[in-house]
Amino acid sequence: MADLISEYEDKLPLKIIEELRASMPKGISDSKMKKILEATYEEYRNARVIPGEAVGLIAAESIGEPGTQMTLNTFHFAGVAEMNVTLGLPRIIEILDGRKELANPMMEVYLKKPHAAGKKIEDLRHLALQIKETKLKDIATEFTINIAELTIEIKLDREKMKEIELTSGKVVDSISKQLKGYNLRDSKDSIILKSRSKEDAFNEAYKTKEKVKDITVKGIKGILQVLPVRREDEFIIITGGSNLADVLQLEEIDAYRTTTNNIFEIEQVLGIEAARQAIVNEIFKVIESQGLNVDVRHIMLVADTMCVSGTVKGITRYGVVSEKSSVLARASFETPIKHIINAALVGEVDNLNSVVENVMINQNIPIGTGLPALSVRPQKGTKEK
Amino acid sequence: MAELYLNSKFVGTVDNPIEFVQKIREERRKGSLAETLNVYYNEKANELQLESSKGRARRPLIIVRDGTPLLTEKHIKQLEKNEISWSDLVKQGVIEYIDAAEEENSLVAFFESELTPEHTHLEITPLGMLGYCTSLVPYGNFNQSTRLNAGSKNQKQALGFYASNFSVRMDMDVNLLHYAQRPVVNTIMHDISDYDTHPAGQNLIVAIMSYKGYNMEDAIVLNKGSIERGLGRSTYYRPSIAEELRYAGGLIDQVCIPDKDVKGYKTEKDYRFLEDDGIIYPEAKVREGDVVIGKTSPPRFLSSMEEYSLASSTRRESSVNLKHGEEGIIDFVLVTENEEGNRLVQVRIRDERVPEVGDKFTSRHGQKGVVGLIVPQSDMPFSASGIVPDLIFSPHGIPSRMTISHLIEMVAGKVGALAGRYINGTTFDAEPEERLRKELLSLGFKDSGVETMYNGQTGEQYTAKIFIGNMYYLKLKHMVANKIHSRARGPIQLLTRQPTEGRAKEGGLRLGEMEKDTFVAHGASLLLKERFDSDKTVVPVCESCGVIAIKDNYRSRSYCPVCGENVEINDIEISYAFKLMLDEFKSLGIYPKLQLESKY
Repeated sequence: MADLISEYEDKLPLKIIEELRASMPKGISDSKMKKILEATYEEYRNARVIPGEAVGLIAAESIGEPGTQMTLNTFHFAGVAEMNVTLGLPRIIEILDGRKELANPMMEVYLKKPHAAGKKIEDLRHLALQIKETKLKDIATEFTINIAELTIEIKLDREKMKEIELTSGKVVDSISKQLKGYNLRDSKDSIILKSRSKEDAFNEAYKTKEKVKDITVKGIKGILQVLPVRREDEFIIITGGSNLADVLQLEEIDAYRTTTNNIFEIEQVLGIEAARQAIVNEIFKVIESQGLNVDVRHIMLVADTMCVSGTVKGITRYGVVSEKSSVLARASFETPIKHIINAALVGEVDNLNSVVENVMINQNIPIGTGLPALSVRPQKGTKEK
Repeated sequence: MAELYLNSKFVGTVDNPIEFVQKIREERRKGSLAETLNVYYNEKANELQLESSKGRARRPLIIVRDGTPLLTEKHIKQLEKNEISWSDLVKQGVIEYIDAAEEENSLVAFFESELTPEHTHLEITPLGMLGYCTSLVPYGNFNQSTRLNAGSKNQKQALGFYASNFSVRMDMDVNLLHYAQRPVVNTIMHDISDYDTHPAGQNLIVAIMSYKGYNMEDAIVLNKGSIERGLGRSTYYRPSIAEELRYAGGLIDQVCIPDKDVKGYKTEKDYRFLEDDGIIYPEAKVREGDVVIGKTSPPRFLSSMEEYSLASSTRRESSVNLKHGEEGIIDFVLVTENEEGNRLVQVRIRDERVPEVGDKFTSRHGQKGVVGLIVPQSDMPFSASGIVPDLIFSPHGIPSRMTISHLIEMVAGKVGALAGRYINGTTFDAEPEERLRKELLSLGFKDSGVETMYNGQTGEQYTAKIFIGNMYYLKLKHMVANKIHSRARGPIQLLTRQPTEGRAKEGGLRLGEMEKDTFVAHGASLLLKERFDSDKTVVPVCESCGVIAIKDNYRSRSYCPVCGENVEINDIEISYAFKLMLDEFKSLGIYPKLQLESKY
């Protein structure tokens, strides 16, 4: 049986071969198996793209055309409770441009069994508080500078601290970790900071006061909002703001399914292949939410081109387009003068291998009917006339 | 204590703002303060805003005191007798103009019957909230506001009797509707604006039904018989203008029949309509290319070599002729002088426009449509009483647009036409629909406005009863005759050698970037190349330096401007635009080198 399948090894992709091996019933007759293999091969051949098909352009049209309808729909933003989600065209542009700063970064944090299968949504409060970032200014009522002694006094809001399960000891700990060179004293209702260095000016104290305000006392940096919700039959936490690396460190988290909408974080934490899949998922999500229908393979092609170089590159003149080998093709996209001048400086050669250049000079484009060429091999021994 | 702002600038504080505002308004009504001053007290912000600046939209309202309007029967009688005028009422403090801000402090009643002691003003007429054109829409209060907007916009484009001295005017691009009528269904604005002196439409019999799909997607079907009787017929006027310009050195343009030795002389045939003075005679039938005003200009460069070699002064031909696609009859010739004292010749061309497929018509309710078919009268549906509609309107235009006024106007028009009277259809103040229906019933028709109709071609009775009535239709200025355009080959631009753009220049229809993409998507490479061949050129290229070489056909030799004659030079076929781009690179100091390769 194995040899029959292995006959097809160079005809079919590995993934299909593996699938065939796994799903082939035991004790199947050779003739039947041959039929199955032939049918599979036939199907595979039919599914392949014809050489010379303008896949890129068709993908562009297939995404672009429904995109024009999206502009008309005003469903660009949707609110989940207090959370803002960028949807529609702005989000697509954000993904395709490969922007590093998102308008609304978001995470979907899946939880391990005991947490996910809880009865009440309130049970997640503790966990949610552990994720949400709390800054010192959120729990303090007052920051004052004692000019005489050059100390900074931080008055704490005990009630708020109790609400988020925080003790002043923990607060002092996190401050001392993140702020070096200061002595901390925990008095009744406040924390007093004093510089260890002797020649401390008022200016310095003022700067520290402002710095202290943004110290994270609890939770994960960058997670601004948390929202536990029920999805199907489990609880998950949706967050506003994203920090995949740190969230994955948490023990209660199901790291296999937890994800973010920030493609660059995924690329850094999980690698380029994960980033490619994230691009596909994110674009598809938007298109689906608009009630449009685009074949995933078009989106996959776009994601592939964004990721081939090994890092995520946007479809901009700094990203994917700058990788094009043809000067004329680059110049015809954006900032032509810049490209022409730079090409002239280094003496670039354009081999006119792609579509745009050939449209420009009115030659055959190497696509479809323009692809085949006649080649003649002169027979040996024929005399030249 | 409130802050006081005069024209948005802080000027001081007021202790008792409510009293202050009252005082200001009283003084204004008395006439001791300017009538244009408006005051607004913002209670929340505790601010007083006094406004006297220009450019505020203000509207007149009747002042109400203790629940009774200040405008009395006495005033109305005086107005009727012409003893007082509008401005007297303003001076007397009966009517005042309120701006948007002061309106916030007012409580305005729509009708006198709604007045309570709290009201400060009474609307003169609810129609006051609409503009002139919108007031011309009958039964407008039965419509969606967007349709009212569309309806009033359409009326601005309607052809009509725009000026009674049209025969001596020299307007650019004007249309004049023949047999313009006064609408059967009126509004008060038609009376106020003397609409019957400048009507802009015709009362047509309209049936709402489908006609073989020729009126789908907002199209309309017209009765050919009606058109032959003058429906929607109009005249299009366009002037040609020539001026005898003066040039340096005492030279001057001359309106005349150009001599044969003039540079750029056309053919004798082109000048055949010109009389001795070089101007065409009235009632000449002209077509495109015909000269309307013959004119010559002095040579452009006096010192050019040509001038010395030829003894006679070669003047340039600069006649005015009819552009591509224009035709008509010369209507009127005018010879005058302009501000600079130059002789000015104006010739007006007239062209009769009979409605044809593609012309645009509209009712007054934003229900515009294009003629889809013109049907002989014998093939039009007819009613039991023998009425044949002038126009068939599609029923699918009604539900989504919800133009109820369109339907009511049809009923009202039917009543008006049958009873021989004008119907008042003023928005908010119209003759009620129920009364119209009752009257229609008493006139011997169904009160719903529907009638039994018969197929004009087969004579069969239609199963459905057809809604038919009389309504005012407008012919809009967008006519196919001014827009139709096609080109197979024609003029090209000098710079790029690509086809010219636009109808006036007999231009090509551009196959643009996105259209190009569809060719690529289909893989139709060779077809795409052929489509873009409009500016293809063959250029010789020097193989050794890669620069475009020179081909001298006189001496039948080719040479390279850089390498000279003893190099291999080969012809290549490229788009002229690309050759232009290479030239532009060279002008930037960039050396674009072409490396040729055998294609086969």
